[in-house]
Amino acid sequence: MSSREKILAAIKQHQPEASALPSLTGLSGNMPGTLEAYRKVLEGLGGVLFEIKAESEIPAILAQQYPGLQRVIAASDIQRTWANEDPHLLEDVDMAIVPGQWGVAENGAIWITEEDIHVRVLPFICQHLAIVLPRERLLPTMHEAYEQIGAPQSGFGVFIAGPSKTADIEQSLVLGAHGAKSLVVFVIG
Amino acid sequence: MNRQTADHATLADKFNEDEPRVNWHDQTLWWVRAKRDRIAWTIPEWEQLRDTASSIKLNALGNLHDYLLQFEQQAQQNGAIVHWAADAAEHNRIVTEILQKHGVKRMVKSKSMLTEECHLNPHLEANGIEVIDTDLGERIVQLAKEPPSHIVLPCIHKKKEEIGELFHEHLGTPAGNADPQFLTAAARLHLRKEFLLADAAITGVNFAVAETGEMVVCTNEGNADMGAHLANVHIACMGIEKIIPQRKHLGVFLRLLARSATGQPITTYSSHFRKPREGQELHIVLVDNGRSRQLGREDFRNSLKCIRCGACMNTCPVYRRSGGHSYHNAVAGPIGAILAPNLDMKDYADLPFASTLCGSCSNVCPVKIDIHQQLYKWRQVLVKEGYTSTAKTAGMKVMTGVLSAPGVYKAAGKMGRWVMRAFPGMVNNRMNPWYKQREMPVPPAQSFSEWYKKNKKST
Repeated sequence: MSSREKILAAIKQHQPEASALPSLTGLSGNMPGTLEAYRKVLEGLGGVLFEIKAESEIPAILAQQYPGLQRVIAASDIQRTWANEDPHLLEDVDMAIVPGQWGVAENGAIWITEEDIHVRVLPFICQHLAIVLPRERLLPTMHEAYEQIGAPQSGFGVFIAGPSKTADIEQSLVLGAHGAKSLVVFVIG
Repeated sequence: MNRQTADHATLADKFNEDEPRVNWHDQTLWWVRAKRDRIAWTIPEWEQLRDTASSIKLNALGNLHDYLLQFEQQAQQNGAIVHWAADAAEHNRIVTEILQKHGVKRMVKSKSMLTEECHLNPHLEANGIEVIDTDLGERIVQLAKEPPSHIVLPCIHKKKEEIGELFHEHLGTPAGNADPQFLTAAARLHLRKEFLLADAAITGVNFAVAETGEMVVCTNEGNADMGAHLANVHIACMGIEKIIPQRKHLGVFLRLLARSATGQPITTYSSHFRKPREGQELHIVLVDNGRSRQLGREDFRNSLKCIRCGACMNTCPVYRRSGGHSYHNAVAGPIGAILAPNLDMKDYADLPFASTLCGSCSNVCPVKIDIHQQLYKWRQVLVKEGYTSTAKTAGMKVMTGVLSAPGVYKAAGKMGRWVMRAFPGMVNNRMNPWYKQREMPVPPAQSFSEWYKKNKKST
């Protein structure tokens, strides 16, 4: 008997009687899905938020916030020659600008999929990250987020909440572990 | 496998030799526990969330056979290669073979307590494959040649000065620099190089969704993603109990996990791996290693609901003052003490006794595992099976005799009080474990029943 068959047989023999799945209604309570609520949480995570009317405002704000950026790439750029290169070559990207699909006010997380970023490693390997999120796409909690996201369409998706961080040395919080050292969220519209 | 022979009490004694460090360890973990409380209280539905999570996990255990098959089918449809490992040795063999097939000599690994449980690193090293742990805390303990002492905070037992010295020795940072910001930046540079060079990446799995065949991996550092998205081979290792039924259930668990673990609203990254990236090989290793046996133990099967947040450790008065290494097991603390005896009753017979049974662990558990009750039940199993020390068994037999005969109990109490008064040296000595680190109390003049008899008459 293969290990697979052995394991499955043992589980079948030992698993408890099947119980019903609980309902997920009412778990969100009265959590607000507002921009104010989102901003407060994001800032608590070390992120920065700008309200903009059009994407054309982004370069000026980034130039002011991050003087000296060398390589900036935008996932929405139609040329996107970098998307066909070896992902390792993105190591020198100072700033990546990527679109977000849904924002979650309770925890600051933004849902991003492979289709939006073209190269999976992009929002991790860049030194700094900017996410552009439509204002009407803010939701109160993770429950609404999964409702909206629905069945997976993508090979890879990620919730990103703030810049990468660690507190492994004596519980001192340090922003910028292996992923982006900082995060800017542009709420558009 | 190299097993330690010293038991929890002996190892805890060693940890307690440095009292200021114990106090610091204790207070740091309590601070994390307090952060968990503060964020949990901001969610009015917190208790309902815990109940829901516990019920989802119970459903998952009751349908585990079918859910695993569903997960396997979905994962294969997504293009992943699924392996089944009955035990640690088979898991290690499968991983080694995949790496050898691709000629991998150097690879990166993000946090996976399962690979710690299986002692994967020494196995790979014996086969000439170098493993670089990429979680900062895990890298630190790896450089120090130690196991992690906490499942979420692997080097919580280390002071920053010790980490500064390790980095000076291994990464060439300036001697005497122990600034966390500086040391983290140095580790970022060092590990970026490893990410860029690695041919393969191993990650753990936080949740595996039966419905979609996807796996969710949570990190704050981004190390799982840096590894998996750059390497040509991604191996995800998971215990069979990581299965959850549907995608929407992730909402419940992701709301609970980081809040319970460190008091943050969610981890920075919650990555959903479904298909291998173009040109990449994705392997999923499903590991039993005793889990199907634990599933059959009615009193202990709920331990398989664990989502590895570490809240039970942060709150445990024994863990905080004895340190993770005193549990001599990959998973320390209260949850480790109910999982380990299932792996080996003899080797881990001491762990269920490393508890005051105060119940704080059960109170903070996000999936409502009755941890302290299981600790109590394990003690009974271990005594019955003859795995406790002869001194403890003999002592318990004497106590049973005394406590079940009221006459003997009264006489023993009287004699005890007399001995403590007349010959305090008989109890205030090193032979008496109760005397360690504390003075014995002054013996009362009379027992409660003597007092009650006297006072009942006077009213």
